Amino acid sequence: MDAIILARAQFAFTVSFHFLFPAFSIGLASYLAVLEALWLKTGKGVYANLFRYWLKIFAVVFAMGVVSGIVMSYQFGTNWSVFSDKAGPVIGPLMAYEVLTAFFLEAGFLGVMLFGINKVGRKLHFVATLAVALGTFISAFWILSVNSWMQTPVGYEVGANGQFLPGPSWLTIIFNPSFPYRLFHTVLAAYLTTAFIVGAVGAWHLLKDRSNPGARKMFSMAMWMAAILAPIQIFAGDMHGLNTLEYQPVKVMAMEGHFQSHPNGAPLILFGIPNSTEQRVDYAVEIPKASSLILKHELDAPLKGLDTVPQADRPPVGIVFWAFRVMVGIGFAMFGIGLLSMIARWRKALYDWPLLHRFAVLMGPSGLIAVLAGWIVTEVGRQPFTIYGLLRTTQSASPLDAPAVASSLLAFVVVYFTVFGMGIWYLLHLMKKPPEAHETPPGDAPIRSAGITPAPAIIEGASA
Amino acid sequence: MIDLTVIWACIIGFAIIAYVVMDGFDLGIGILFPFFKVGQNRDTAMNSIAPVWDGNETWLVMGVGGLFAAFPLAYAIILPALYAPMIAMLLGLVFRGVAFEFRWRDPAHRAFWDKAFTTGSVIATFAQGIALGALLQGITVDERAYAGGWWEWLSPFSLLTGVGLLIGYALLGACWLNWKTEDGLQRQAVTYAGRLGIGLLIMIGVISLATLRLETQYYQRWLSFPGVVATAQVPLATLIVTFLFYRSLRLKRDAQPFFCALALFGLCLIGLGISIWPDVVPARVTIWEAAAPVRSQLFMLVGASIMLPVILVYTAWSYWVFRGKVGIEGYH
Ligand code: HDD
Ligand code: HEM
Ligand code: HEM
Repeated sequence: MDAIILARAQFAFTVSFHFLFPAFSIGLASYLAVLEALWLKTGKGVYANLFRYWLKIFAVVFAMGVVSGIVMSYQFGTNWSVFSDKAGPVIGPLMAYEVLTAFFLEAGFLGVMLFGINKVGRKLHFVATLAVALGTFISAFWILSVNSWMQTPVGYEVGANGQFLPGPSWLTIIFNPSFPYRLFHTVLAAYLTTAFIVGAVGAWHLLKDRSNPGARKMFSMAMWMAAILAPIQIFAGDMHGLNTLEYQPVKVMAMEGHFQSHPNGAPLILFGIPNSTEQRVDYAVEIPKASSLILKHELDAPLKGLDTVPQADRPPVGIVFWAFRVMVGIGFAMFGIGLLSMIARWRKALYDWPLLHRFAVLMGPSGLIAVLAGWIVTEVGRQPFTIYGLLRTTQSASPLDAPAVASSLLAFVVVYFTVFGMGIWYLLHLMKKPPEAHETPPGDAPIRSAGITPAPAIIEGASA
Repeated sequence: MIDLTVIWACIIGFAIIAYVVMDGFDLGIGILFPFFKVGQNRDTAMNSIAPVWDGNETWLVMGVGGLFAAFPLAYAIILPALYAPMIAMLLGLVFRGVAFEFRWRDPAHRAFWDKAFTTGSVIATFAQGIALGALLQGITVDERAYAGGWWEWLSPFSLLTGVGLLIGYALLGACWLNWKTEDGLQRQAVTYAGRLGIGLLIMIGVISLATLRLETQYYQRWLSFPGVVATAQVPLATLIVTFLFYRSLRLKRDAQPFFCALALFGLCLIGLGISIWPDVVPARVTIWEAAAPVRSQLFMLVGASIMLPVILVYTAWSYWVFRGKVGIEGYH
């Protein structure tokens, strides 16, 4: 196999693993800040317990996010050195800003957030939690700006040595055309991811014990998030799609499976099997003219297809097509569960409807799957370019021997599956435990306090 | 006119120093970990770094991110050249980074994660040392790209620098424990610090002599007149710091040995700077050849001059919060 395929596989593997953790920790950090704020405001024990319960989980997720992220910051140089040399003057500074404004903030306050509550008092501790939550958001801001610039590059000049150089305005580069959409859509995605994990954990414990106050509280909070955010996300996704149609129309052709142009009204292909050799979608189930309606808001609007694009500039269609359907399908399922939860609330049966709880447990990992699917649409749909329309993936790679990349890829696969596999197992283990009345802080939980739950604490927790 | 490129070289130099100063001791504790008694001693050693290791490691990201942004050409040449050691370092950091949390989560596998913590720390340190040696001995560059094979980094010299860094970080770790712990563990740390100090001095001597023979540039820098008058101050200062280090150990000081050990590291880094300045890929590419355009450097400088002081303040604060000896109860 050639070194470029291996390098792509390695990048896709490491970044996909990495992003699973931020997708969860961006939302979880904010959730923790909300819980702590509610605790400070109301003084209710249930919030403090939930805070400690999820803090332990956060510590594990965050550790995995950090170590897999450090790998990412080297991947550009090790695997895409030509790309790094060429694009460094434009995207390097944005990533440097991410380090300066986000990574240090997260890391600097994490210690106090995890271990410091008895040293600094509640107020300062809350500041630390806020700082960590803010850090995760700032991090998303910069890295998504970088990625969006690679999708919709603007504001650059080309130097004599072939490098992309920044033009006069950094704001043009940072706020490139797809960035606002991508930022909004991805941050919402992170919140939804967290909401569905929290909701699944709540539902799981409700199925065992409907009276557990922690489980009730977290399930209710998560269902509010689902009911409010899922429709907004569908709307945001639609806007994002229109933006993509404007700047990366070829990607949309792949998403829609439009091999052929449709001069008067393109159908919406719901399902089917894209067949790139024959240039058609087999077994297509389609709604006539609906695609034109969604994308152009007009039934008969013409839409161009992949037949207008040179073969060498087309992305792989099948994977983009399917990943897009997975994401959108999950989006609607999320919307559905939000709706059900509103009905349940209205009937005052939110905690007494096992079917809803089972559904919520099933949907626990849905956010993670949708997030990965979304990124696959975005990244594979950008192929065969790394900087859209300007720099090809084949011209971006490092001058490495295939065996070097193959062995490191193998090492990554083995290490990631063992280490993160065990980490995920620990997470599930932590989540399997019901939220107790007196949760211990993260550091020492298993050693000293196992099995000791003082009686007054139970009473306090139950009445909270 | 102020030369932005020189400023950025200094900032990245600062990030590297900050990294070595901070992450050095926590990697060092990982290296020494198997020698501590299972149970309380190990827990205490771990607790002494648990709240700060993540911030420490961020300086590594700052170093490499800064290189990418300010000297993209150097980043693009160095990382493929050091491919294998870099991947090994990253995988090592994965193991040791998760061990901080995982060993508490899973008492049944604690012994496994303790081993992972040590192995990861040793691999990461050794790989960093090898990377340094490989850079110093010179890498093959053609036009704007690395042109050597994927084993070029491997040589007796780079293995030597790898071992040197292992000893050095272990020394920092021992001194940190002497500062932060009490009783048995502290006494153990003092013993180790004394021995590792000797080991490090030997390594410094051997590596320095070996370096002189690598490139004529290094040789001329250090030994030709009148530069030698200035450069001779480095070995001299090393002797003075060594004396202070052993005196502070004998007087049973808590913090002083740690700072003396840091000063030893500082002197090594100054020596390194003397050898390679003004190159970013030693003896191959200068900082000006690799520099990003002024617009990139200026934009980042605005951010760096505001953020770096802020970062230093809150980093200092978080160290201050966890000041003093790590008690039996730890932080919990
Ligand atoms: C939308 C958000 C997002 C995206 C697309 C990425 N990351 Fe990330 N990253 C985060 C959001 C994030 C985070 C939430 O801020 C993390 C997770 C845990 C953490 O410490 O910060 C993080 C951690 C993290 C770290 C460790 C920071 C530390 O030491 O504390 C590095 C070096 C990177 N990332 C680098 C990357 C690179 C090079 C990416 C591109 C391929 C990338 N991340 C994609
Ligand atoms: C974090 C979520 C992300 C996921 C899940 C993801 C997924 C992928 C996948 C699947 C590929 C392989 C595409 C192919 O080769 O067909 C890829 C490639 C790539 N992505 Fe991403 N990506 C993510 C974020 C980013 C970000 C934030 C950046 C930029 C900072 C980025 C830059 C790249 C580059 C440089 C490549 C390699 C060149 C290429 O094949 O296009 N990715 N990514
Ligand atoms: C049904 C509603 C949805 C629609 C119409 C939609 C639409 C889109 C489109 C068009 C893209 C690609 C944009 C581009 O590459 O230029 C995208 C990407 C993405 N989607 Fe969705 N999406 C929906 C639901 C979701 C859900 C529920 C999640 C996760 C919880 C999600 C997460 C993502 C992510 C992480 C990306 C990649 C980053 C980005 O480009 O924004 N999406 N979405």
